[in-house]
Amino acid sequence: MSDFINNGWSVYVAVVTVASLLFCLLLLIIAARRRVMATDNTTGHVWDEDLRELNNPLPRWWMWLFVITVAFAAIYLAFYPGLGSRQGSLGWSSVGQHTEEQAKARATAAPVFAAFAAMPVHQLARNPKAMAIGERLFANNCATCHGSDARGGKSFPNLTDKDWLWGGTPERIKETIANGRNGMMPPIAAAVGSAQDVRNVANYVLSLSGSPHDGIAASQGKAKFAVCAGCHGAEGKGNPALGAPNLADNVWLHGWGEDAVIAMVTKGRTNVMPAHAARFTPEEIHVLAAYVWGLSNPITAGP
Amino acid sequence: MSTKPSRAGARVIPIQPLAQSAGAEARTVSLYEKQKKIYPRSVHGWFARWRWAMVWATQILFYGLPWLPWNGRQAVLFDLTARRFYIFDLVLYPQDFIYLTGLLILSAYALFFFTAVAGRLWCGYACPQTVYTEIFLWVEKRIEGDRGVRMKLDAGPWDANKIWRKTAKHAAWLAIGLWTGFTFVGYFTPIQELWQSSFTLSFGPWEWFWVNFYGLTTYGNAGFLREQVCKYMCPYARFQSAMFDRDTMIVSYDAARGDPRGTRARNTDLAQAKLGHCIDCGLCVQVCPVGIDIRDGLQYECIACTACIDACDGVMDKMKYPRGLIRYATQNGLTQKLNRSQMLRRTLRPRVLIYGAVLLSIAAAFVGSLTLRQPLKVDVVRDRSTLSRLVERGHIENVYRLQLMNATERTQHYRIAVRGLPGISVKSGLHDTPAGSGAHDRRAASDADDPRVAGIEVPPAQARWVTVQVHVPPEAAQAAGPGAHPIRFQVTPQGGSTPVVEKSTFVVPR
Repeated sequence: MSDFINNGWSVYVAVVTVASLLFCLLLLIIAARRRVMATDNTTGHVWDEDLRELNNPLPRWWMWLFVITVAFAAIYLAFYPGLGSRQGSLGWSSVGQHTEEQAKARATAAPVFAAFAAMPVHQLARNPKAMAIGERLFANNCATCHGSDARGGKSFPNLTDKDWLWGGTPERIKETIANGRNGMMPPIAAAVGSAQDVRNVANYVLSLSGSPHDGIAASQGKAKFAVCAGCHGAEGKGNPALGAPNLADNVWLHGWGEDAVIAMVTKGRTNVMPAHAARFTPEEIHVLAAYVWGLSNPITAGP
Repeated sequence: MSTKPSRAGARVIPIQPLAQSAGAEARTVSLYEKQKKIYPRSVHGWFARWRWAMVWATQILFYGLPWLPWNGRQAVLFDLTARRFYIFDLVLYPQDFIYLTGLLILSAYALFFFTAVAGRLWCGYACPQTVYTEIFLWVEKRIEGDRGVRMKLDAGPWDANKIWRKTAKHAAWLAIGLWTGFTFVGYFTPIQELWQSSFTLSFGPWEWFWVNFYGLTTYGNAGFLREQVCKYMCPYARFQSAMFDRDTMIVSYDAARGDPRGTRARNTDLAQAKLGHCIDCGLCVQVCPVGIDIRDGLQYECIACTACIDACDGVMDKMKYPRGLIRYATQNGLTQKLNRSQMLRRTLRPRVLIYGAVLLSIAAAFVGSLTLRQPLKVDVVRDRSTLSRLVERGHIENVYRLQLMNATERTQHYRIAVRGLPGISVKSGLHDTPAGSGAHDRRAASDADDPRVAGIEVPPAQARWVTVQVHVPPEAAQAAGPGAHPIRFQVTPQGGSTPVVEKSTFVVPR
């Protein structure tokens, strides 16, 4: 037991507990002893001239209640933790109870998830019951970053559009949830060239999506984009295998405009999606993947 | 209050003249004593009929209510698992706990009020402890006989007669107790199902526990502990005396009229024999369920059951004396020789009026709040991770989760609207997704042209979380400036009843 620095404290607590119980018993025995008293039902004590203590006896069963509480305490201490760091003969612990309840809950849910696991993702995404579970899983685990409506925010990807950093197939989504992703944009300004070159490349990048840009700078930056093309592709369409974003669409995860792009090229960025394999069972990940997949693959006709 | 001990050694009241203790002899005693069993004699009369009327009223209510159907379900059902509490047309959520508080405050003030007016009315007529003891005593009398017979039976040997009578009595008591426990559980589990499962004894573990616990408690309290619950356990019994004053109507013995006590022949001349109206027959003591002598004056044990009044009135009738030697009277009334109407007039004293006024106003507030209650509750929780985001056409978007709690037993359609900033609009549901019951999240057709409104369907007595997005156009956001701005969500049930309004904030980023 880590609560105590050394075993002495445990012994101290145990001794105090047992001594208190014995003291309670002793008190009961003393109080239950017959004693000499005046026949007028007073104890013979008088205070403040005329205040006298009367003996109105407690019913005897009341005393037995006290005895029962002492007996209960003794039995409790034998079975449950309480005497210092002694575990008790039942071996009960709050952690153990929690684990047990978790296992029980998991066992109850297992057949439900087993049925879901047998269904392919695109079918599961049409199953209202599975999606109700998926919604709760999402709200409890994913919404913290991606938002309750899954539309993300700055640096947290929107999961409801068709733009996928690491691919939007059910398998890829499962991989992302289970193992996490580590998107790394290196600081690459040195490879691009001078500050002017960086600005030119940034304008070229903006031109890919038809965003407002300086046309001359963009045309000058086109050649330098070769440095970026290794990951983002010659046309800047990105590469889901590397998690390289598509630069030719209008999704700007880390900010839009010349300044934001220059900052990205100069400073680079690491964006992490944590792994969740330890948090979920594979069946739960299956349901969650179906939910996330369903966000960008709505029902086209009837259920 | 008489300070004169009536019968030597019978009972000691805790106030005694000083002179008596002087030179008293010593003896050994215990601070605990074996409780002496009390054998109350059964009693008939005006007040006994009232007491039985209350027994019937409370017990028909208690045993009958769970069987009453309402809207295709049990009229009163406290569904702890689903956390819904059905009371006739009301569907209460745990959030409605305030009503229970209100009920308890009402009960407390009612107790204050009635106690100030006429003492322990609750104890004597309506308290379950009294009511079940009354029922158990009746059973006891039917099976074993009245006081004298019972005492003889208990003193006698364990012969066949005693064994079968005791067995029958305890069996009957246990049956009543278990039925009471069953009924109690029937308030929390649908009683029809509980009744069905009682044939196969297929209760759940908690049902088993509560049927037996409540049943055995009834058996123990009404069969064995009886007056000791009132004397040693009940807190009300003790603090009710704080509501008494000298103008409270209490069960009292008219000492001025009754004393000196003594036996006499029926036509004795009282003046000549120097006797009061009390013939000292002791019937008032024999009928007392807490085993006191009311002639000793007001005592904390007295639960004001009025059995002694009925017993004494019977004796007075036989003796051809006027009734009411023991009667409801005030202490002032007895000492100042007030008549009944004078005593009743003193009921309208400040204490009673204040208790009454508070009781009435709380009752009015309670009833008013229940009638004006909206059968819809709304909780707004805004997304905290992403306070706001920029979306198409430069609109600012904030995301909220709304919990809509339908407190009716019909499927409800709610329209969510938002107010507070110019051009503000709300959209519910993630978009056209199959997620959850998202199919219901499309806007109701009638509101399709109003961007401030989104339509939601919630099943009967259910709560539902809805994610909504609130948009503010760029001009309005600029005008409002960066920071949090108060907005109000307004949720209206379809059918035009009054909306529920909940506050929240809308964040415009820097």
